[in-house]
Amino acid sequence: MRFSYLLTFVALLVLSLISAAIGAATLDLGTLGSDPEALRLMLASRLPRTFAALLTGASMAVAGVIMQLLVRNRFVEPGTTGTTEAAMLGLLAVTLAAPAMPLILKMSVSALAALVGMGGFLILIRKLPPSQPLLVPLIGLIYSGIIGAGTTFIAYQWDMMQYLGVWMSGEFSGVLAGRYELLWLAGLMTVIAYIAADQFTIAGLGRNASISLGLKYRQVMALGLVTVSMVTALVVVTVGMVPFVGLVVPNIVARMMGDNLRASLPVVAGMGAGMVLACDVLGRLVRFPYEIPAGTIFGVFGAVVFLWLLLARPARA
Amino acid sequence: MIQIQNVSHVIGKSPILTGITTRIPRHGITALIGPNGAGKSTLLNLIARLTPLQSGQITVDDVDVSTAPTQELALKIAVVAQQLGVSSRLRVRDLVAFGRWPHHRGRPAQRDEDAVDQAIAAFDLQALQYRFLDELSGGQQQRAFVAMGVVQDTDWVLLDEPLNNLDMYHAKELTAGLHAMSRPGTERSRSIVMVVHEINYVAAWADHIVALKDGALVFSGPPDQVLTEPILSDLFGMPIRVVSIDGKPVILHHM
Repeated sequence: MRFSYLLTFVALLVLSLISAAIGAATLDLGTLGSDPEALRLMLASRLPRTFAALLTGASMAVAGVIMQLLVRNRFVEPGTTGTTEAAMLGLLAVTLAAPAMPLILKMSVSALAALVGMGGFLILIRKLPPSQPLLVPLIGLIYSGIIGAGTTFIAYQWDMMQYLGVWMSGEFSGVLAGRYELLWLAGLMTVIAYIAADQFTIAGLGRNASISLGLKYRQVMALGLVTVSMVTALVVVTVGMVPFVGLVVPNIVARMMGDNLRASLPVVAGMGAGMVLACDVLGRLVRFPYEIPAGTIFGVFGAVVFLWLLLARPARA
Repeated sequence: MIQIQNVSHVIGKSPILTGITTRIPRHGITALIGPNGAGKSTLLNLIARLTPLQSGQITVDDVDVSTAPTQELALKIAVVAQQLGVSSRLRVRDLVAFGRWPHHRGRPAQRDEDAVDQAIAAFDLQALQYRFLDELSGGQQQRAFVAMGVVQDTDWVLLDEPLNNLDMYHAKELTAGLHAMSRPGTERSRSIVMVVHEINYVAAWADHIVALKDGALVFSGPPDQVLTEPILSDLFGMPIRVVSIDGKPVILHHM
């Protein structure tokens, strides 16, 4: 366990250094102390970008694992259950109705919509037989497809399609100091989730076991749902959705160290942060000096891993 | 003592329990018996507050289960429900340790670790304690969940079909273990209430029997009064022979 923590930490440190050093403008890490221009670039662009990628990855991976424990199904994440689409629908509605509203309020509306969207999903899957775990993600994909189609229709009618594109594909090239700080709120939600790690693990054992242990099951469910919808909305509003992070990372970590969040949550957060940052760095390098969005790269990579997870152990959902 | 006063329960329009009034004595093993669909699990879940009470009243040692705070009840009643597919990937030891959670709420002390060690030894789980639950057989999982219930260290332990999936050896060991920890006068004497189908385990180990049929109480009392040919034949709707071996009733229902 100590080893996993150490490995995660070292990998994050190395990736962050690489991320800080790479970009369209040349920057020598050695001249930071003497060159005020280099320092300005570092503080205004490179560091915010690195932090944004780390925070996005960590919080989305944590949102994914919380959702999986609450739904008791390994194949769900905000992006495959309608939560992201609902967040985008909310954001679209508030952008149309009150374009001048401050970002934090728009984010709140979006989070509220995400919460409603996730609630709808939970009601839908209540009737599904527990013996068919793969039905849950399938219903989720259809449900999110329907909400997504509605959102696209509205965006098309009101000429907002390019906004939708920005929200849907996680991208860090536009991140500057002053334009990503909301993401620290997502980081804060991750810390709160860690404090409640035991409660989430027990909730993952189901309602009966939770009540038997004197857990306030509904409160834990509510905390989890609020965490997931807040993180989703924050990410959509600031950098755009990075698909599959919440699915792939928790599954890999669960295979290695199981579902006891008190032990595994730091690794989930660290691996999510590292993978998203790595995809962002890769996106900067592939067609240097042009960029490919990190969300696109993770989408390709994540789809492959998702397929592998589905095929590799169908029985253990 | 558990007091059940005029408890009825409906799911949709079908009545599951009708006007149950009975008492379950402190100490010893109480077995809930009856055919499928008799309402045994529902009654157990009502006592354990897993299902909200619709009408009537249930008190456990004079604490009303429908109004007492759930954290308080977790220190009084442990319940091992039927395990329908384990979705969590926890190590056996971590699962059993969560049984101590009502006591430490996230900050385990040495005495919690000791209790976990004892329970793991008592239920023959040493060799499995660092394995993941989802890699174990149904019977092994079942023993881990029972250990989790026992480690909660409550006066009352409620179990829904704890012998499910167990082989003969482990079924006997588990029942004997529960029997030993329910003797009055021992250091930590618990009261066990369990739903059991294996009627000969009831005959050999139970101290008190509550028999249900079609949601109604048929009989409650000590085994030698309940385990008779007329009562059992009527309860299960089939001719049943009861013989005596070494002074204990043995129920011949399978031939």
